[in-house]
Amino acid sequence: MSAGRGLRMSMVEAGTALAFALAGTAAIGDSLRIGTGWGADGPQSGTFPFWIGVILVAASAGTLLQAVRARAESGLFASWGQLRLVASVLVPTALYVAAIPFTGIYLASAALVAWFMHRLGGFGWARSMAAGLGVAVTCFLVFEVWFLVQLPKGPLESLLGY
Amino acid sequence: MEELGLLMQGFAVVMEPQNLLLMLVGIALGVLIGVLPGLGGANGIAILLPLTFAMPPVSAIIMLSCIYWGALFGGAITSILFNIPGEPWSVATTFDGYPMAQQGKAAEALTAAFTSSFVGAFIAIVMITFIAPVIAGFALRFGPPEFFAVMFLSFASFIGMSKGPALKTLSAMMLGFLLAAVGMDTVTGQLRMTFGSTEMIRGFDFLVAVIGLFGISEILCSIEDGLRFKGERAKIDARVVLKVWASLPKHWWLALRSSLIGCWMGITPAGATPASFMSYGVARRMSKHGASFGKGRIEGVIAPETAAHAAGTSALLPMLTLGVPGSPTAAVLLGGLIMWGLQPGPMLFVEQKDFVWGLIASMYLGNVVGLIVVLVAVPWFAAILRVPFSIIAAIILVVCAIGAFTVSNAEFDITLMLIFGVVGYVLKKLDYPLAPLVLALVLGDRTEEAFRQSLLISQGSLRVFFSNWLVSSIMAMGFALLLWPVVSWVVERINAHRSGTGAVVPREA
Repeated sequence: MSAGRGLRMSMVEAGTALAFALAGTAAIGDSLRIGTGWGADGPQSGTFPFWIGVILVAASAGTLLQAVRARAESGLFASWGQLRLVASVLVPTALYVAAIPFTGIYLASAALVAWFMHRLGGFGWARSMAAGLGVAVTCFLVFEVWFLVQLPKGPLESLLGY
Repeated sequence: MEELGLLMQGFAVVMEPQNLLLMLVGIALGVLIGVLPGLGGANGIAILLPLTFAMPPVSAIIMLSCIYWGALFGGAITSILFNIPGEPWSVATTFDGYPMAQQGKAAEALTAAFTSSFVGAFIAIVMITFIAPVIAGFALRFGPPEFFAVMFLSFASFIGMSKGPALKTLSAMMLGFLLAAVGMDTVTGQLRMTFGSTEMIRGFDFLVAVIGLFGISEILCSIEDGLRFKGERAKIDARVVLKVWASLPKHWWLALRSSLIGCWMGITPAGATPASFMSYGVARRMSKHGASFGKGRIEGVIAPETAAHAAGTSALLPMLTLGVPGSPTAAVLLGGLIMWGLQPGPMLFVEQKDFVWGLIASMYLGNVVGLIVVLVAVPWFAAILRVPFSIIAAIILVVCAIGAFTVSNAEFDITLMLIFGVVGYVLKKLDYPLAPLVLALVLGDRTEEAFRQSLLISQGSLRVFFSNWLVSSIMAMGFALLLWPVVSWVVERINAHRSGTGAVVPREA
């Protein structure tokens, strides 16, 4: 079933189930802190999340058990090549999100579009930058001017008087 | 026939020039969203929702629901021409639609798909027109225990009816409930699960989650298969349309059956996607030409499209009458109602007649307009997919980021959106259903509130959920659905045991 090498399905399956169980445990812990019983004004704040957490831990324990039992015949979650492609989108996007507080959304968006076109689409730098600029200006006109929605802006926009 | 009078008033609302314009804009945007990978009905509406705050609610819901109809229509275009389902509910349309396009019958397939979408939606709207007021009137008598029971029933039906592993459905749902509980408890003012972070006090906005889970994750999933779209070309002319329309009446029974499957699956929150698969499966089994399905039969296009559109439309019935949405997109619309200051639930039919009937009237008109728009404009919409993926993907990422930010003007939400995107990518690949997660996130607070109010009434006794025949029967149905996977697992085991070494027992005759 597994063509080529890559991340195994059972590993990701088990990791995800563990993460779910961890979230459930955190919920149980926090609920116990604030009380899961009957308070002066009805059920305490922790009651509902406590039971949700218990069900989540139980369900993910079951999923984990199934994943462990089926680990021999599990295929690939994704091949290394596929994961590289995913990373080629995910890493620039993460940088984009991280840059927004500093550069504002317009400059970062122009850079993202230009980078995608140049690196993934194989376009020349001139055309990529022009397209990036075009997208940023269009967004600016649509949101700031037409819909009057304020988006995050950076030093460049304040230099231009916005 | 009071409904007809109210419906006519609704039409008067819709016919205002401003609303007609918004309807056209909504349909066009919706088809665009349906065609683009990574933008779907749910997250497309989530992105545009913040832009509608300044509008009157009825205009806003007309535009947003028309985006929904447009997206339902648009999904078929990419399935048939490119073999890429633009929406999950059009996966089944690719089975016969794409082979038809390869045989040069793309125009026939598209016409059949659009027309049967329209038929499915129309039957669902007629049903909503006459059944919704009855259900709403009935639900006016509901108290907190009954509302909790209804929500319990709809969440239980996810577990009972979903094709995926029941434990994963349960996990995804519980995660949604937990995320909904994060932040300030509205009853006591207590902070919950913020773990000392100030960003978490606001809680998780479901719109941000929807944009990440359905938008970003979709981009990540489609990049795996490379960066190119290969597609067939199509232009629809009037002759083909008339020829296909002339051939459609003989499939009336197929269309009616598919619509009924769709309506049923749409009201119970199973949604459009399973409805389209189920309808396709039933059509193949009942057909005399079952073996040639998958090689380009027109019935294989009609069945899933009718059911998907019927389900997508009827998902609004429980949303309007009970405040329990039947699909992720309906859930986003429900979130819209709350933001516009309307209280979802049966009181809408009493207090907001203009809103409700304006919406219902806009469904009739919107689907007619939608049918015309897609028939005329197919080549232009298909041309969008010839734009290289590197450009489309980047623009969609930018639009998603802007959408996530505008929900509550918070830069932190953009980071959250990205996290939800990665989570959605992993969950999707592992077969965790995302719809229950989103519905639990939307309904979490109201479910909990109904639960706590019920317990207050009964001084903490759980017997309140079985205190009268109404609430008991809803709860009993919920438990039956909840236990369904266990029962079928046991039955399978017994059957496997009987037939010796656990051989697969053929269930179909």
